[in-house]
Amino acid sequence: MDVLLLNCRIIDPVMGRDECGVDIEIISGVITAIGKKLKSKAPIKDLQGALIAPGFFDMHVHLREPGQEYKETIETGTRAAASGGFTGICCMPNTEPPISDPFVVSFIRAKANGNIVDVEICGTMTKSRKGEELAPMQALFDSGIKMISDDGSAVASAEVMRRVFEYGKMFDFLCTEHCEEPSMTKGTAMHEGKISTKLGIPGYPSVAEDIIVARDILLAEYVGGVRYHVAHLSTRNAVQLVREAKSKGIKVSCEVTPHHFTLTDEAVETHLANAKMNPPLRENEDIQAIIRGLQDGTIDCISTDHAPHASHEKETDIMSAAYGIIGCETAIGLGLTNLVHSGKLSLMKYIEVSSTNPRALMKLPQIKISEGEKANLTVIDFDKEWTFGSEHIQSKSSNTPFIGTKLKGQPVGVINNNQSWWRDKD
Amino acid sequence: MNRDLLGIRQLSTDQITDLLRRSDGYFLQLNSIDPFRKSSLLDGRTVANLFFENSTRTKTSFELAEKRLGATSVNLSMQTSSLTKGESLIDTVNVICAMKVDCVVVRHSSSGVPQLLRKHLPDHIRIINAGDGGHEHPTQALLDAATLQAKLGSLKNKKIVIIGDILHSRVARSNMILLNKLGAKVTLVSPLTLTPKYVEEIFGVRVVHELADEIKDASAVISLRIQFERQSRSLFPNLSDFRMRYGLTPLRIMETNAFILHPGPVNRGVELDNEAADSEKSLILQQVKRGVAIRMAVFEWLFEDK
Repeated sequence: MDVLLLNCRIIDPVMGRDECGVDIEIISGVITAIGKKLKSKAPIKDLQGALIAPGFFDMHVHLREPGQEYKETIETGTRAAASGGFTGICCMPNTEPPISDPFVVSFIRAKANGNIVDVEICGTMTKSRKGEELAPMQALFDSGIKMISDDGSAVASAEVMRRVFEYGKMFDFLCTEHCEEPSMTKGTAMHEGKISTKLGIPGYPSVAEDIIVARDILLAEYVGGVRYHVAHLSTRNAVQLVREAKSKGIKVSCEVTPHHFTLTDEAVETHLANAKMNPPLRENEDIQAIIRGLQDGTIDCISTDHAPHASHEKETDIMSAAYGIIGCETAIGLGLTNLVHSGKLSLMKYIEVSSTNPRALMKLPQIKISEGEKANLTVIDFDKEWTFGSEHIQSKSSNTPFIGTKLKGQPVGVINNNQSWWRDKD
Repeated sequence: MNRDLLGIRQLSTDQITDLLRRSDGYFLQLNSIDPFRKSSLLDGRTVANLFFENSTRTKTSFELAEKRLGATSVNLSMQTSSLTKGESLIDTVNVICAMKVDCVVVRHSSSGVPQLLRKHLPDHIRIINAGDGGHEHPTQALLDAATLQAKLGSLKNKKIVIIGDILHSRVARSNMILLNKLGAKVTLVSPLTLTPKYVEEIFGVRVVHELADEIKDASAVISLRIQFERQSRSLFPNLSDFRMRYGLTPLRIMETNAFILHPGPVNRGVELDNEAADSEKSLILQQVKRGVAIRMAVFEWLFEDK
């Protein structure tokens, strides 16, 4: 893939660079020249001042393949990721069968081979996500796994979690926990608070999340040196627990989703099951705490928890509806609108939490936007005002409460693996 | 715009008063020498009773109201566990549309199903909520208010005590909203484990956990049915403990002149001892009669000016 990108704003936290009006020449997928008024034989693409950032990485995507191809496939899920501005994702292991053995890993790798989007794979922590016996960690490690998680549920037993940390530490796995004390959340469908009281819907209290975060931090401290990661953190107390653990030098990290810093439990009143998530949408105070956590570095990254479900699983009553929403296509729009354009987070910091930090946690090489480097880039029209609609959905599913939401800032292209994807002009 | 009865929350005080007034007429008729005289109000109309959750008295009450108004009733009992995903609600919606019904009476164990049906059904099909999850049971609240008004007159500043499992109760929620709109003073008496968080603030009621003297100066007491399976979820220790704290025992009813209501079915010896359920102060059977009248009034209101 050869291209001459004209009039870019390069923003690169790794190189500490923020420069406008620059041209970039890419030949065979490698950056060959960066400068003003470049001449090249490559086809020209005028970006009219669009942002060029190191490729965004989404650590938390449900591709559903193998086993639930009616919701999403590796092909449609990576297309959703690319159109959302991601050049890399990590797919979660709650497939059917779960990613508990190297054969499933090979299957996914084969399907994702040659994709514009790099697909990293998360293995399970315990065998078949049952929370009882350890997953075959050596075999998973040998197949290239760097993160393990039973995402979708927590490891309920403290004893098993301790052993996951101890055994997992030997491989320096990122041990990612879905923090939910299961005995407190059975039969619930939304956050426990004023809205659940009003609607009479059984509530999932914040403390059910906090208890597992606290327990795991204590276990991680006790085991010592294990890399512990809180998936889709959603409560103010969990932010504080992670902050305190970090200040004590415990190797803890965490991610938040765009929906958890955008919507509150009030969304359930209008969007019903399309606002049913796990963890649930919380309260305004939680959003404020998450934003402070992003500002002070307590929160390491933004992940989407892209969770496709078919219409019959979402357009149904709230108790039996599936948890989660698709997230890749709205992530950058929501992040820029609610964090950057609103003045809460600097653009540089936003790119760190979207690219630099998740790549570091996944032990991937950092992307540098400089000559001689492989082009792995996310292109964003920073000031583009747009309304998210079904025409922007590349996922096989369309379970999202954000249809009709006005956003500022839109991913317009990605370049990676000697390929490029560009959004057609609306 | 066509009318629906999705919840008490959507009704204005005037609409509530209007519905109660209409129901008085039907109540008189039901008590007259010719209670089974049919009206032709719903002639040529088809009403589908869509009960996803078990119900005997509410369903029967709706059916009676429909038949006395001349409607054709169809019953679709589609009991599904709230956790099984077999039956698609959208498929059900399509079935209803294909049957060309004029009105759907829906009960479901999940909150928000009437609202969901409203989103998916064509505008001309009216929807009546016959109870959705822990959310609302508007016709029950209306019939309770009609029963109370018949005995107490205006409910303004009257103390009404609601006792029991507030957390899971749609009856409590609809009653709190309705009684507030009519100016009554609502006090909830419930164990902390069965009291939804922030209920004082959201519903504008007073909350206490001890029955103590609360019913002495009350005009009426609404006792709620306790589901036995709550016990296995550690929400209360056992039925006798519950009765000791919240049951209307002979001793407790001796101390008050308050009328006694219960949405039924009553667990005798738990929420109400026989002395309470069968006392002169008990309005439980009045509630049942008023139930049919209220549902007739609701149909009249939904289908007028067509």
